[in-house]
Amino acid sequence: MSEETTTGLSHNKLAMWVFLGSECLLFGALISTYLLYRNKFYDGPAPGDIFDIPFTSVSSFVLLMSSLTMVLALSALQKGDIRNNRLWLLTTALLGAVFIGGQVYEFTTFIREGLGYTTSPFSSAFFTLTGFHGVHVSLGIVMIMSLLISSYRGKLTKKNTETVEIIGLYWHFVDVVWIIIFTVIYLVPNPTS
Amino acid sequence: MTDTMSEETPTEEQRPLGVYTRPKGGNGWRDWVTTVDHKKIGILYGAAALFFFIIGGIEALLIRLQLATPNGTVLGAEMYNQVFTMHGITMIFLAAMPLAAAFANYLIPLQIGARDVAFPRLNAMSFWVFLAGGIFINLSWLLGGAPDGGWFGYAPNSGIVFSPSVGMDFYAIGLQITGIASLVSAINLTVTILNMRAPGMTLFKMPVFTWMLFVVQLLLVFAMPVIAVALFLLMFSRQFGANFFNTEMGADPLLWQHLFWIFGHPEVYILILPSFGIISEVIPTFSRKPIFGYDFMVFSGIAIGFMGWGVWAHHMFASGIGPLSVAAFSISTMFIAVPTGVKILNWIATMWGGRVKFSAPMLFSVGVISMFTIGGLSGVTHALSPADTQQTDTYYVVAHFHYVIFGGIIFGLFAGLYFWWPKVFGHMLDEKMGKINFWVMLVGFNMTFGPMHVLGLQGMSRRIDTYSPGFGFEAWNMVATIGSFIIALSVLIFLINVVVSVKRAKGQPPCPPDPWDARSLEWITPNPTPEHNFDEIPTVESLDEFWHRKWGTDDEGQIVRVATAEEVCQDGTATGVHLPSPSYWPLIFAIGLPFLGLGLIFNLWLTLPGAILIVVSLYAWIFEPVDDPDGPHGEHHSDKEEVSQEASDV
Amino acid sequence: MSTSETRTEDHEDHEDHEDHEHPSDQKYMQIALLLAVITAAEVATYFVHIGPALIPTLMVMMVVKFFIVAAWFMHLRFDSKMFTRFFVAGIVLAVSVYFIFLTVFEFWTKG
Repeated sequence: MSEETTTGLSHNKLAMWVFLGSECLLFGALISTYLLYRNKFYDGPAPGDIFDIPFTSVSSFVLLMSSLTMVLALSALQKGDIRNNRLWLLTTALLGAVFIGGQVYEFTTFIREGLGYTTSPFSSAFFTLTGFHGVHVSLGIVMIMSLLISSYRGKLTKKNTETVEIIGLYWHFVDVVWIIIFTVIYLVPNPTS
Repeated sequence: MTDTMSEETPTEEQRPLGVYTRPKGGNGWRDWVTTVDHKKIGILYGAAALFFFIIGGIEALLIRLQLATPNGTVLGAEMYNQVFTMHGITMIFLAAMPLAAAFANYLIPLQIGARDVAFPRLNAMSFWVFLAGGIFINLSWLLGGAPDGGWFGYAPNSGIVFSPSVGMDFYAIGLQITGIASLVSAINLTVTILNMRAPGMTLFKMPVFTWMLFVVQLLLVFAMPVIAVALFLLMFSRQFGANFFNTEMGADPLLWQHLFWIFGHPEVYILILPSFGIISEVIPTFSRKPIFGYDFMVFSGIAIGFMGWGVWAHHMFASGIGPLSVAAFSISTMFIAVPTGVKILNWIATMWGGRVKFSAPMLFSVGVISMFTIGGLSGVTHALSPADTQQTDTYYVVAHFHYVIFGGIIFGLFAGLYFWWPKVFGHMLDEKMGKINFWVMLVGFNMTFGPMHVLGLQGMSRRIDTYSPGFGFEAWNMVATIGSFIIALSVLIFLINVVVSVKRAKGQPPCPPDPWDARSLEWITPNPTPEHNFDEIPTVESLDEFWHRKWGTDDEGQIVRVATAEEVCQDGTATGVHLPSPSYWPLIFAIGLPFLGLGLIFNLWLTLPGAILIVVSLYAWIFEPVDDPDGPHGEHHSDKEEVSQEASDV
Repeated sequence: MSTSETRTEDHEDHEDHEDHEHPSDQKYMQIALLLAVITAAEVATYFVHIGPALIPTLMVMMVVKFFIVAAWFMHLRFDSKMFTRFFVAGIVLAVSVYFIFLTVFEFWTKG
């Protein structure tokens, strides 16, 4: 991008950061809603009864490591290393997919154990919060796959590092949101029935 | 996402997928639906907003007809609920906000010396998405009933139990759609203001209008996600049976009110600050003085924006949030009156000792100062929570917020329409009719909403569809109804003014530059603004740059004219300025959204065409060549056409 | 794109965002290792009971992880302060508004 900007910053990157600032309020509202309702489990299972901490720890770890692979993908592209860039992008998408797979497994297990979306205010808030996060991760995977496709069409080169960086910012943001969700929703001792 | 990010020259890789060519500019409707020109988008916003303003006005007249006499029969109770709900939604989300967006889109790039916004296609998308959302919400009239839970949509009244028609579904999804438009537009304009200022245009040389709109964009960026969550919770509750507001299961319906007003109070400032910005341009121009206390003006605007986040629960004093919360929010609400008072004082001080010329824009601006002050004072009476307990849900509140919204916002927007009309369309609106427009509107406005103070204090509750005779409500209600038709007359006068002025201007040369002896940079371009805005991007040396190019001081310190407007203004004849190419995809993306909404409400299959339109348009957008390969290329190679990220996130 | 080429004379935020060396891959791996260790410690609190210090400990570890990712992986350490400002504005606003929100609901005492 050759356009000179007043601040010297690129439009795209600035826009992404403004957007991420906005997203803080979105997830803040969802997390607060969940906190408000975490002990409103009515007749259904309580969070303390149903959360599988070891399982969620593994998928949290997977998502955390996908941040590493994302930054390595960017680093490879900055060096003009297309091969490693593709490798790390693919790894990131796969790790993201593993996380989503884990979430699908978690949701189906919960439903089997009697925690449906409409079971209680707690269940509605829980599925909404983690579902929103899951949708964000999925969108990230779609974007990374799009990057990969254009890479294989020969269009993702060193001069596009900023694109990878911006999608990376989004990806890391989704990761830090999960860092908060993992602690606040899962690890902080939860009410049991 | 990737391919078009590079600025490949159009010679190589002309058409990345071999199929997408960009539409060419041209004349007629095709030009308008594919435009990415911020000025045309501004005009589109303005036209759509005025259209919805008239719809909302008709709804207001229906309300007033119903309430003109006791036991009114014009509307039934159910219809009344829908009409007053839609009146609020239409006026706030479909008239006032987009009219402000019209001014923002048209003027911000011009005031900061830019040729367009940072993301022209996203800008077009914002408009079309807003329009799609507006049409979507209004479709509810035909498809099973309009929303009937109030524009505030309080739970659990907005739930499926108390509002079984599809109306509130249209509300939840429709406002979500217009919310996307607001958020994208806010990010776009934030980046524009930060990144695209002309050389020398530091933040503190920006006109107050641009500053106020900047604060508005930041408020939108941070407030829209909150209403988005609230609307999602409502939508999931209604569509999928979620229990966010189900009191039987221990949920707290106050959750909705909190989320709604955490958004809703910044929203109040989102609505009012554009008007403050407009009159901060108009008053100095017509007082022939610089704005008094520019820094105070800017910082009070920022302070209002900031403090607006800490007062939301004053909308909920009567909802049982506890004495401590009430006391805290009562105090913070009184504090926010301070920066607002600073502004009022500064406008008056700007006029003080000036050679004030009461042209139509100035009349409307003075109208804002006086009417908004009345609304502000009745607002202070709400901040006192014991008094508020008496006033809650009475017509006193209706009177208050109409003095703020109509007196503060609509008057300000009309001031802007009269002020910038020659800039946009190249001819003046009739001055005499403008003045009549103002006085009729002022009289009608005060007749309509002034009596509501009395009605409220007498105990007439709001949102009721009728009242019985014998409570002393009859006379004042009749006055208010007559007043509302006088307002309608004033709007009619405005429309006639437009028609007459357009007719008169036909075949005439455009009006000369600088009809008002104005101060800021947009007037350096000829009227109407040429497509490329500036022949040459000006270098800015001072606040009120344009004025300083026309006026200087002589040896004795007297202000003297150093150049005529004709000498200072550009003539708009530059050629070869490269502009962003038009695009179909913003419109096609926007068309997809209402289908998603209809699908969620009626039949999931309908989401399929919606989703296809959205996905196809997004990818086509991304792979669209940066420039029209066949388009002309000038010396100014503008690469503002970047694909931006959030387009795929929303 | 390299931002260093796009500077203009009149820009106001004189941040040092040019020509910074990006951290090496090695550095990134070390950071990830640190994150992994903290995560392990977090998970350990589920199995090892540490009494009333639990929630403060968890919060501290969460915040540390958050800032490490933001500073290193999201490059805020090296990038323009403008980006940090927007992000911090969002975080501070969200934390304070929702803190008040939960306080009004008496979450801290009854929740």
